[in-house]
Amino acid sequence: MIKVQREDFDLGAELSALGRGNLRVGGVASFVGLVRDIAGDQAVGAMTLEHYPGMTEKMLAKIEAEARQRWQLEDCLIIHRFGRLEPGERIVLVGTAAAHRQAALEACAFLIDWLKTKAPFWKLEETAGGSRWVAARASDDEAAARWSAR
Amino acid sequence: MKLLYFAWLRSKTGVAEETLSPPPGVTTVAGLIEHLRARGGGYADALKDLSCVRVAVNQEFAELDQPIAAGDEVALFPPVTGG
Repeated sequence: MIKVQREDFDLGAELSALGRGNLRVGGVASFVGLVRDIAGDQAVGAMTLEHYPGMTEKMLAKIEAEARQRWQLEDCLIIHRFGRLEPGERIVLVGTAAAHRQAALEACAFLIDWLKTKAPFWKLEETAGGSRWVAARASDDEAAARWSAR
Repeated sequence: MKLLYFAWLRSKTGVAEETLSPPPGVTTVAGLIEHLRARGGGYADALKDLSCVRVAVNQEFAELDQPIAAGDEVALFPPVTGG
């Protein structure tokens, strides 16, 4: 399931609902991304996440479909927020449910790695020196690429 | 054709969205970018280094040689930074 929304989400409720009632599920894995208060050597007061409505949902659905093809998942959830967020606020939740931990953990890592390089979101950071668009990082491309060879 | 600009491409061009009738001869993403660059100003600045510009045609990532047509939605944006 894909949700792209401005509002926060209830982490406990979302994870509890993942695969609920499906007794084949033996493990649930999750990743939660938060806004840091520092970027490099600059304090960050807040950030604004912009996205491409329409394409965002399409890309996230494709990424979910790819994960379901590679691993036997019983359930899968991606929630990504947009708008202005302050340090400590949640940005993204990726959750997976599977019969065994390996599929759940690997698929979860795959989903966040691919999301970071393929889903059309952009971060604008507010610092004391003004606002600046966050640049893409080569390490994120490398993290995504390690799943391509499979 | 509908053109969309995101993040600093929007800031630099000063435009979030525009409708364009592509002139004859503009048949690919690369041709469209050349056409936009020729406007000069913020467009030329935003599109001067294509290594940091990504393109989507009809909400799918596209390469420079991809054909485009009048009814397409073409988006120009920087490498993504979500998550």
